[in-house]
Amino acid sequence: MVIRLGIDVGGTNTDAVILDGRRVLAGVKRMTTEDVMTGISEALEAVIAEAGIARDAIDVTMIGTTHFTNAVVERRALDPVAAIRLGLPATACLPPMVDWPADLIAEVGGHRYLLHGGYEFDGREIAPLDEDGLLKVADDINSKGIRAAAISSVFSPINRAMEERARDILQERCPGLAVVMSSEIGRIGLLERESAAIMNASLLTLSNQTVSAFGRALSEAGLTCPFYVTQNDGTLMAADMVRRFPVLTFASGPTNSMRGAAFLTGLKDAIVIDIGGTTTDVGALQHGFPRQASSVVDVGGVRTNFRMPDVFSIGLGGGTRVDGTADALAVGPRSVGYRLTQEALVFGGKTLTCTDIAVAAGMTDIGDASLVADLDPALVTAARARIAEMLETAVERTRISPEPMPVIAVGGGSILAPDSIGGLAVLRPENFAVANAVGAAIAQISGEVDRIFSLESRTRDECLAEAEAEARAAAIAAGAREETLEVIEREDVPLAYLPGNATRIHVKVVGEMGALDA
Amino acid sequence: MLDDTQKGRLLTEDDIAALEIGAGILGTGGGGNPYIGKLRAREMLRAGYEMRLLSLDDLDDEAQVVALGGIGAPLISFERIKEGREGLRCLRALEHRLGFTADAIGCEEIGGQNAMEPLIVGAMAGLPVVDGDGMGRAFPEMQMTTYAIYGHRSTPSVMCDPHGNVVTFDHAITEKWHETMARACVIAQGGASVLASAPMSGAFMKRYAIPHTYTQAIGLGQAVIDARKNHDDPVATICEREGGQHVFSGKITDLQRHFKGGFNVGIAQIEGLDDCRGSQGEIVIQNEFLIFRRDGEMQVCVPDLVVVLELDTGLPITTELLRYGQRIAVLALPCHPLLRSDEALNVVGPAAFGHPDITYAPMAEKGKA
Repeated sequence: MVIRLGIDVGGTNTDAVILDGRRVLAGVKRMTTEDVMTGISEALEAVIAEAGIARDAIDVTMIGTTHFTNAVVERRALDPVAAIRLGLPATACLPPMVDWPADLIAEVGGHRYLLHGGYEFDGREIAPLDEDGLLKVADDINSKGIRAAAISSVFSPINRAMEERARDILQERCPGLAVVMSSEIGRIGLLERESAAIMNASLLTLSNQTVSAFGRALSEAGLTCPFYVTQNDGTLMAADMVRRFPVLTFASGPTNSMRGAAFLTGLKDAIVIDIGGTTTDVGALQHGFPRQASSVVDVGGVRTNFRMPDVFSIGLGGGTRVDGTADALAVGPRSVGYRLTQEALVFGGKTLTCTDIAVAAGMTDIGDASLVADLDPALVTAARARIAEMLETAVERTRISPEPMPVIAVGGGSILAPDSIGGLAVLRPENFAVANAVGAAIAQISGEVDRIFSLESRTRDECLAEAEAEARAAAIAAGAREETLEVIEREDVPLAYLPGNATRIHVKVVGEMGALDA
Repeated sequence: MLDDTQKGRLLTEDDIAALEIGAGILGTGGGGNPYIGKLRAREMLRAGYEMRLLSLDDLDDEAQVVALGGIGAPLISFERIKEGREGLRCLRALEHRLGFTADAIGCEEIGGQNAMEPLIVGAMAGLPVVDGDGMGRAFPEMQMTTYAIYGHRSTPSVMCDPHGNVVTFDHAITEKWHETMARACVIAQGGASVLASAPMSGAFMKRYAIPHTYTQAIGLGQAVIDARKNHDDPVATICEREGGQHVFSGKITDLQRHFKGGFNVGIAQIEGLDDCRGSQGEIVIQNEFLIFRRDGEMQVCVPDLVVVLELDTGLPITTELLRYGQRIAVLALPCHPLLRSDEALNVVGPAAFGHPDITYAPMAEKGKA
């Protein structure tokens, strides 16, 4: 049987679980630390001790993290980025970051450069690449001390040559400059692809530090097994990919918690509420998978077109502040966050939080209950009612059919959830508090094909079938079970500028890891 | 200049946000990406320009109205975004060519980004935009407007691209010829340009424009925003307001899309979900969604509107945003009566799109049977 270690590095907590096949041997929760590594090390030691297994018995480690999403959402640890677009005279009316929140633009420096270049749909140049202009941009980058750049050329998904040329020129002039090309990250749709490239560039220092911290924490714990990081669509990627493309982890947190909830309950269709310290994420499971958002998803106020689960957040968690009186009550959105164990009343602090309400109401037993014994019962009742109402609104919003379906409550804050929300029964599976780490441990395996096919002597259907067969074989070779494979991306883009009826075909299949069905 | 410029309603950022959704719905997948259009319009408002909507009732019979809009393939304007002043260059070149001064800007099609283009040009030129359009939706070809169908000769016209090229079509012997020549030109210009047609009189607009479509689209978009806020069903809200029907729910299982002859053409296959489980849907695309079939049988076709929405949110999906695996709702909305006359059906009925085998049965009349 395969022994898996799953770790979830959240903004407040770092959780770890060890799975033996389908069996959860141990699950622990520790505080996330500033350096990331200490928190992981503490969680690792605790979970290994609790599981009572030898370190070398662990076959593989999977890490899920909301670190990069949180950095964007909280506007911290972001590097200044030179956002360079090749496309003039087209695109002049909407410069890079045009629809970003002002504070996020300020955080990445607002360095926008529009240059002549880019391609037409048929491969002609809109204008020759403005190499002189690029040299001036390089000088500006050097004089401002900017360490990262994002280059987006019009129609780079059908021809990336100009982005590559621009990268080479910049890196020659600006030694050590990290350059992200939009064609490495996204599809057709200039603004969304460009925004993803800029965010990715702003996260590179953090991703380097974080991935290194992951590696050090594991090796110092004496773990020599390979480790992977979960990405947006619930599949795994190698650590090196995360260093280069941290944006690909943006939605992995909600994906992991929903897949973990499905795994722990065995349910295929349910609403999942993941209540953390500061926020509650609400999403839906359909046929065992997180329901996907159809087209565009906001991350920290920026529109992206990644494939992501359809999840939304409300400001309610264990650390959420409760202010006012029974008659004039305010629950959130402010939270004491990771300072819960200092500031909440039950821990001897001075701030009334949702956790204190849950303790006072006898819903859980955390800290010192005597410290909330003299809370006004009317206030406790009113706060419970308000919390239930917030959750009910969120669940109603996610519900798309009038059929009754269960609600699965996971996450450390799920003690706040009543036993029934809007008439739907609430389930709290065993190990509910570490569902994210369980979700990471059971992440899916993918197989992907993205290359150019010639339709000269074959039909489109034949080429698509060939690409799918290749992707399926790759997934099976990587450890996926054949009968669980499912196609999640299937796209063909005719490349009008190449001879021979060339088409770029992208197929991605995912499946469950083997040895999970003991 | 007539004092019409001082009448009418000033649009706000909220109106533009609602118009993005309303024009996205009425655009039946085409008309250019509405989000890009919204951003362009919003940036103009933030820069201090005014967008003024003029009711047809307030339009002087003698007013000279220049209708304009984008031409090309929607996927292109989503990637190769416009330079921004193409429409203003068209207007100025047309005024120069004909020696007149425009009194107001008109809208060719209320769908997608083409709802925004006239507002943007009107703002730059300090002119109001007439509250109406030539389609009440979006269509892929230029001769498919009520203006052209009911007798307006759209040449001389001017077409501009982001590069600064200005092309004047001096005379086309038919409206279809105008379309054919403009289409060849737009491919040369990179697939997404703006074209302004010869001016129309206020009197002609009052008679043949599809009336109040800006107000309609803004109201429709606002209704969807409100429904989502109140957790009402936006799909039902749209059907109720527009007299439409929710004809299919499903998941996209295949998408063939390519650029051909200056258009995005293709077919989307949809596997039924919910109460459509077991059925197969199919949508025929030429920039817009033209025909919807269920299990091989035609259910909705032009000129009635085939609308595709995200199943859960009720927000419109345009052809360039369709993706494998998306869960969508297909709606049918009745077109305006001006598109249902015999002369209109010759231009915008299924036969005009190469489907002579399909007989159009107006959905507006089916309900009355």
